[in-house]
Amino acid sequence: MIKVEWFYWLCGAIFIAVGLLTFPDRTNARRFGSGVFWILLGGSFVYGTYVVNKTAPAAVLGVAVIAMAALVGAGQLGRGAATGPSRAEQEAGADRFGSRLFIPALTIPLVVVVFAVLLKKIHVGGEPLLEKESETLIGLGVASIVAVAIGFVLVRPKSPLTPLTEGRRLLEAIGWAAVLPQMLATLGQLFVAAGVGKEVGRLTEKVLPDNSLFGGVLVYCVGMALFTVVMGNAFAAFPIMTAAIGYPVLVQHFHGNAPAVFAIGMLAGFCGTLCTPMAANFNIVPAALLEMKDKYGPIKAQIPTAIPLLACNVALMYFLAF
Amino acid sequence: MLVLIGVLLVVIGFALRLNPLVVVTVAGIVTGFLGRLSPIAILNAFGNGFAASRSVTLFVLVLPVIGLIERFGLQEQGRRLIARLGALTTGRLLVLYQLIRQVTAAVGLQAVGGPAQMVRPLIYPMAEGAAERRYGTGLPEAVREKIKGFTASADTVGVFFGEDIFVAIGSILLITGFVDSAYGLKLDALHIALWAIPTAVCAFLIHGARLLYLDRQLNRMAGPAPEADQ
Repeated sequence: MIKVEWFYWLCGAIFIAVGLLTFPDRTNARRFGSGVFWILLGGSFVYGTYVVNKTAPAAVLGVAVIAMAALVGAGQLGRGAATGPSRAEQEAGADRFGSRLFIPALTIPLVVVVFAVLLKKIHVGGEPLLEKESETLIGLGVASIVAVAIGFVLVRPKSPLTPLTEGRRLLEAIGWAAVLPQMLATLGQLFVAAGVGKEVGRLTEKVLPDNSLFGGVLVYCVGMALFTVVMGNAFAAFPIMTAAIGYPVLVQHFHGNAPAVFAIGMLAGFCGTLCTPMAANFNIVPAALLEMKDKYGPIKAQIPTAIPLLACNVALMYFLAF
Repeated sequence: MLVLIGVLLVVIGFALRLNPLVVVTVAGIVTGFLGRLSPIAILNAFGNGFAASRSVTLFVLVLPVIGLIERFGLQEQGRRLIARLGALTTGRLLVLYQLIRQVTAAVGLQAVGGPAQMVRPLIYPMAEGAAERRYGTGLPEAVREKIKGFTASADTVGVFFGEDIFVAIGSILLITGFVDSAYGLKLDALHIALWAIPTAVCAFLIHGARLLYLDRQLNRMAGPAPEADQ
């Protein structure tokens, strides 16, 4: 049986390799702290297997997680000067390979769907080929390997390490933001463990009209958008609003279709992202890149779309998820 | 009520633009204490939560191949294909770009667009060029500003409401990672992705209509359009 844990280890191996390449990188002024950060992250992916199986103490991983945040907080996570492809490199590549360059990337969704839809049903020797409930994630893991192999055959890079060094370039550019979604998911669970959901639920009960499904949908969607406007990040709003309303009211009480409720709820948050200067890299950076006089120009172009789209999300959730 | 201070910390921390990773960690620790968890229970909660949420970070697996094809000209090839869109009006060009951005993001090619890679070097010059063809080169500043704002918006709306159809994206994996570990649900990332499609269609229709209407607005601002020339 193919297990999803294998791909967590692969992911961990990538982080550890990135860490090992970081220590000797003299272009990174924070190479020591950065190397430690990536290796801690990689190690946590491997150690996590034993935490999930309850064969290793979770508190050790807890310490590692807080250490990673401390490294970031102390400004010890930096990046090297690994440069992207030059204009000449890009033009030479496009001349040589043309639209075949899209093939490796397009393999990914294709393989994912094959795994999630077809291979999901295959059994070998009485047990399923793919670990149950993880078929899509396994598909993603296999897809990424297949895509690298195809990319390799297509462009024939000089060094076998090129995918790793190029992946490292992208990962360094993402930096701490690569772990933020996982940390938010962790925070969400802490909220649940500490009873935040119950407290917010008690508050929403007071605000919500009794037993109103529409009221619940409205508060969830508009709440996602408003929290996102204030925080600049729909990812951060999601655990809060879901613990308060999305799960207890819409899924548990009203028996909503969970994938639809959560998917549309997140997109309601994205409507908030369109309107907020807090989401600087989406809304303010483009204005700067385009040398606009009005740095809120992109937001002004987006708000009249965001508001009707938020209304659409409320309607879609109300009609499709229940 | 006290445990809600953690929520407040997240909101204030993000609003003050402190480092989000630090804000989230501190909010977690504070919430744990206010929820009367012991220090070791808090560490356990962080460890268990982080281990159970590893799926959220699996998108990293696609970075090597994206980096590889970027090195060999992915973005340049994207630019060349889009440059062929040639002689459209500003609004129609932007609608088409938004559609391309949505579709490519939906199949995992978010790297093809973006303000720095595509909007500044290619889409804006094309959108501006289309307006200059119509109204002459002496475009008023307000018209250029308007085109800039809408060009940026076509890119942002496109990627936001396209990428959520691709399973290996942080937002989808955050949804499944969070609700699966917090509530013991077993959601399939692919289902979440499929439920993003209705909103994606609405986003295309709403913003697309506004981009087409932009042509009329430009007519009013920069016109009268020399329709006779065409």
